[in-house]
Amino acid sequence: MDDAKMVHQANQIAAYFEAYPQARAREGVLDHLHKFWPPDKRARLAAYLAGNGGGLHPLAAWAAAQLEAPAGQD
Amino acid sequence: MAAIRPIDYGTPERTAEASVSLEIDGQAVTVPEGTSVMRAAMTAGVDIPRLCATDSLEPFGSCRLCLVEIEGRRGYPASCTTPVEDGMVVRTAGDTVRRLRRNVVELYLTDHPGTSVTGEGHGDDELLAMAARLGVEASRYPSARNHQTAAVDDSNPYFRFDPSRCIVCSRCVRACNEIQGTFALTVDGHGFASMISAGTGEDDFLSSECVSCGACVQACPTEALEEKTVIEAGAPERAVVTTCAYCGVGCSFQAELRGDRIVRMVPYRHGQANHGHSCVKGRFAWGYTNHPDRITRPMIRERITDAWREVSWDEAIGFAAERLNGLRERHGPGVLGAITSSRCTNEETFLVQKLARAVFGTNNVDTCARVCHSPTGYGLKNTFGTSAGTQDFDSVQSADVVLVIGANPTDAHPVFASQLKRRLRAGARLIVVDPRAIDLVRSPHVAADYHLQLRPGTNVALVNALAHTVIAEGLEDAGFIRTRCETDEYAAWREFILRPENAPEAVEAVTGVPAATLRAAARLYATGGNAAIYYGLGVTEHSQGSTMVMGMANLAMATGNIGREGVGVNPLRGQNNVQGSCDMGSFPHELPGYRHIADEGVRGIFEREWGVTLDTEPGMRIPNMIDAATGGAFKGLYIQGEDILQSDPNVRHIAAGLEGMECVIIQDLFLNETARYAHVFLPGSTFLEKDGTFTNAERRINRVRKISEAPAGMADWEITQALAQALGYPMHYRHPGEIMDEIARTTPTFAGVSFEKIDELGSIQWPCNEAHPEGTRVMHVGEFVRGLGRFLLTPYVATDERANRRFPLLLTTGRILSQYNVGTQTRRTDNRVWHDEDILEIHPEDAETRGIREGMRVRLASRIGETTLHAHISPRMMPGVVYTTFHFPETATNVVTTEFSDWATECPEYKVTAVEVAPSHTLSEWQYSQAQARERQQRVTHEESTTEEVTARERA
Ligand code: SF4
Ligand code: SF4
Ligand code: FES
Repeated sequence: MDDAKMVHQANQIAAYFEAYPQARAREGVLDHLHKFWPPDKRARLAAYLAGNGGGLHPLAAWAAAQLEAPAGQD
Repeated sequence: MAAIRPIDYGTPERTAEASVSLEIDGQAVTVPEGTSVMRAAMTAGVDIPRLCATDSLEPFGSCRLCLVEIEGRRGYPASCTTPVEDGMVVRTAGDTVRRLRRNVVELYLTDHPGTSVTGEGHGDDELLAMAARLGVEASRYPSARNHQTAAVDDSNPYFRFDPSRCIVCSRCVRACNEIQGTFALTVDGHGFASMISAGTGEDDFLSSECVSCGACVQACPTEALEEKTVIEAGAPERAVVTTCAYCGVGCSFQAELRGDRIVRMVPYRHGQANHGHSCVKGRFAWGYTNHPDRITRPMIRERITDAWREVSWDEAIGFAAERLNGLRERHGPGVLGAITSSRCTNEETFLVQKLARAVFGTNNVDTCARVCHSPTGYGLKNTFGTSAGTQDFDSVQSADVVLVIGANPTDAHPVFASQLKRRLRAGARLIVVDPRAIDLVRSPHVAADYHLQLRPGTNVALVNALAHTVIAEGLEDAGFIRTRCETDEYAAWREFILRPENAPEAVEAVTGVPAATLRAAARLYATGGNAAIYYGLGVTEHSQGSTMVMGMANLAMATGNIGREGVGVNPLRGQNNVQGSCDMGSFPHELPGYRHIADEGVRGIFEREWGVTLDTEPGMRIPNMIDAATGGAFKGLYIQGEDILQSDPNVRHIAAGLEGMECVIIQDLFLNETARYAHVFLPGSTFLEKDGTFTNAERRINRVRKISEAPAGMADWEITQALAQALGYPMHYRHPGEIMDEIARTTPTFAGVSFEKIDELGSIQWPCNEAHPEGTRVMHVGEFVRGLGRFLLTPYVATDERANRRFPLLLTTGRILSQYNVGTQTRRTDNRVWHDEDILEIHPEDAETRGIREGMRVRLASRIGETTLHAHISPRMMPGVVYTTFHFPETATNVVTTEFSDWATECPEYKVTAVEVAPSHTLSEWQYSQAQARERQQRVTHEESTTEEVTARERA
C-alpha cells in the first residue's frame, strides 16, 4: 500500500475523533488503530512517522508515535 | 395453482380480542370477531367450496360458489364475505346450495377447455377439482366459448396467461394490489366479455408495469396463469422447504419437485420473513443452478497464463494444500488469507474463518460485507451494543412514520417493499432520503410525504440537521434519554448537535435540501408516533458510512424510537447471508459473535474447542491483503464464492494484487472474473445442493435444505473440510448440523440454536439463549445490549472525492430488481429480458449540455479509470448526479470507482465518484482488454481441457 493512502486513512480516523476533547480523541485514534489495523500496517504508520512523517493529522501523528515499529521495518 | 398447498382457510385470519360463537352444520364454533363464515367453517373442518376466495386475499364474493344457508336470513349469502355473528346457525351442504353450486361450476365450464394444461388429472386447476368434487361432469349449458380462441400471452419468460382458462375471479388482480402492491392488472370489459388485462391498451405482461413477482400466478385458482416449467414438466409431486439465496429478505420457499427435478419454487406461506410472497429472483431465477457454464470438475494450473487442467478432487485439494503449506513454511502464516462468502451458509462461513484462524494460523479473513454493511457493524455496535438490525420485518406494520435512507427496497428488497407499501397504503407516513427519486417516492397508492433529495456524500450533514431540529425544537423523548442512555455522553452530544453548524439552515448549502423541508421531516419523524428507520448501502458505502450509522442511532435514541414494535434502526442487508457471515466471525478482528480477537477469554473458548493457539492481533482486511500482495507481502488466498475483481473498487489495483499472489484458490459455481487470476478452481454448490442455514436482515436463521447433489459432488463445507484435512488439521463433521452445534457451544448469542430447534420453530431470530429460548423478535427492549445506549458525536467531514472542473458530475451506484449484485447468477437466467446491460441514468439538463441523446453510448470517466455504457435520460436524478448499476462485467463499473473508503471499516465509497460523461463510439481500452482476456479464459477451458465433453457426458 502506498504511504499516501495510509496517511489518508489515518487522517480520516483522526478527523472523526477530532470532535472529542483532546485526551479522548487521542485515545480514540490509538484504540481504533489497535483494534482494526493489522500489526504490519500499524508498524508502517509508526515507521512513516519516524521517517518523513509529513501530512499526518496531529491526532494521527500522536497515535503513530505510541505505536511500536517492529525491528527490521523500514 | 399450487398443487402441494397447505390448508387454505378461504379468507384471512382476524385477530380481534372479542370472540364470536356460532353453529355450523351442527358443530359449535368459536372464532375471533370479524372472521368470515367460510373461515369459521374451515376451522371446524368444514371445507366450503370456493373459487374466488383464498386466505391470502381479502374476500371479493364474485364466484357465488360458497353460498350457505343461515337461519333467519333470506337467500343464500356468500360465506366468504359474510362475517360471523353470535348465535348464527349455518348450514353449508343443503340440497339447494349444492344445486346452486353445481350450476355455477357448469357455467364456468362453458368457457373453459375442460382439461388441465399438465395433461394429468386436474393439475393445478381448482375449477376442474371443484367440478369433480361436486360431481359435475360436463356442462349442460351451450358452450359460450367467449375466450376459447383468445390469444395466449406468453411474453413473460416464466409464466403464461391463457384467457381460455380464466374465470375472472380477480384473485390475480387482488394479489397484485394487496400482496405485491404493483397494481399492474385490471379487469377489462363487462359481463361475459370481461377479461384480465396487464397494463393498458396493447400492453402484454412483459411491457406492462408487472415486475414478475408471480403472486398472481400463485393466486390464480385455474391454470390461466401458470408457470411455464409446470406446463413443460408436469405438476410437482412433492415439496421441500428451503430459503432463497439472493437477498437479505431471506424468503422461505417450497421447492416443488417432480421426481428429482425442480418444477417450480413457491414462496412458503408459513415463511416468517415473507409470509408466502417473493420477488422475481427467488421464485423464477433459479435456472442458473443447471446452467451449462457451471464448472463441474476441479481444475488446477501452474501459472495463471497456463490452460486449466481438469483433475480429481484429491489432486486439486492436494495441489492447493501443497502450495499453501509451501508458502506458510517459507514466509509464515501471515502471507495467507481467506475470504468467506455472504452467499454461502453460516456453517460454511464459520468453517472458512476457522480454516484461516486455526489451520492457516492467521486472522487474515474477511468477507464481502466489507464492501457493503461493515459500517453497520461498527456503528450499531458502538451505540447499541450489537451489530444487527433491531426489528423483524413484521414490525413495520406497527410503524406510523417510516424513514427510508439510501435504500431502494422495491428493487433491492422487494418482499419487504411490498410489506412496507401495504403499511403505507394503510396510512403510515413516509420520508425518503435519496439523491434519486426511487420508486417509493411516488408509485401507485404510495407517495412520500417528504423526499429529501440530497447531494451524494452529505448524509451525515443531513442526519445531524434532523437531530438538531429535534433537540432545538424540544421534540426529544427526555424520559427515554434519561432512563435508557448514558447521560454524560448525551450531554456532550446535545452540546455538539445544537451547534449552529448543524442547523438545517446551515447545512442547506451542503446537502441541497431546503431547510424548511428538512425541519418538517424531522418534526414528522419525532412526533408522528412510532418512527422506524430503514437504510441500505446509500448509508454505508461512503467515507463517513460508520458515522452515518451512528447518526441514525442517535436520532432514534433521542426520539425514543427504539426497543419496541414499530420503531428501530434497520439495515436492509444486501446478500442472503451477509448478516450471518458477519455473525460467524468473518471479520479479521472478530471471532464469531462479534467478539474482539484480543479478548483472551473469548480466544480461550475457541482455542480449547479447536485445539490450537490463536493469533492475538487483528488480521488483514481485503483491501489490506490486496495492498500487501502488490508489495509481495501477501501470497496465498482462498476465496469462497466471491468475485472480488468485479465487486471491489478500483479493479485495476485488485487485478495487480491478485497477479502478485502465488496461490489463488477460487471456490465458485462459475469461472468468474477473479478466476482469471486463480491457480486452483474448486467447483462449489448452489443453495439447492446443501444443508445449512442463512441469517437474514432480521437476524432470522432459516434452514437451507439439500434438494439435489452438487454436480461436482461436494457441498462447499465439505470442500473446506477436505482442504483443512489436507493441511493436516483434523476436521470431521458429518453434517452441517454438527457445525451449528459447535457455533452454539462457542457463541453465546447462538447458544440455544440447533437444526432441530429451527425445524421445530420454523426459524429463529438470534439472540437465542437461556433468556430467550425461542429467539428475539425486537432487540433492546427495556435495556440496550450494551446496557445504556450511547450517543456518539457525528462530525460531518466532506469526502475528498469532489466534483471539479475535469470531473464535474457525481456518480452513484445501485441495483435493479431483476439482476443481483455482480450478476453471476441472474445474468444466467431469463431475467436478462428486463435488464441485459448496465445503463447510465443522467438528468436531461446534464445530457443536453453534453449532446447526449437517449440510448447513446457514452464514456464514463473518473480519475481512476473509464468505461462505456448506454445512457438513459431520466429526471429521477438530480442535476449533477448520474447513476448506474454494477451487474455486468462488460461494463465493469468498478473500474471507475475510487479507493476512498469509510474511515472506520474501509467499506468503499461506491456512492460518490466524481466523473465526466461524454458521447463515445467505442468501448474503453479496459473493456477491450478484458473482453479479450475473458475470451482467452473461455478458450483455455474449452479447447485445451475436456470440460465440454465431460459435462456433456455427465448431463447425458
Ligand atoms: S407477476 Fe406480480 S407484478 Fe406482475 S401482474 Fe402478477 S402480481 Fe402483479
Ligand atoms: S431475492 Fe430477496 S425478496 Fe426476492 S425472493 Fe429472494 S429473499 Fe425474497
Ligand atoms: S368463494 Fe365466496 S364468492 Fe367466490
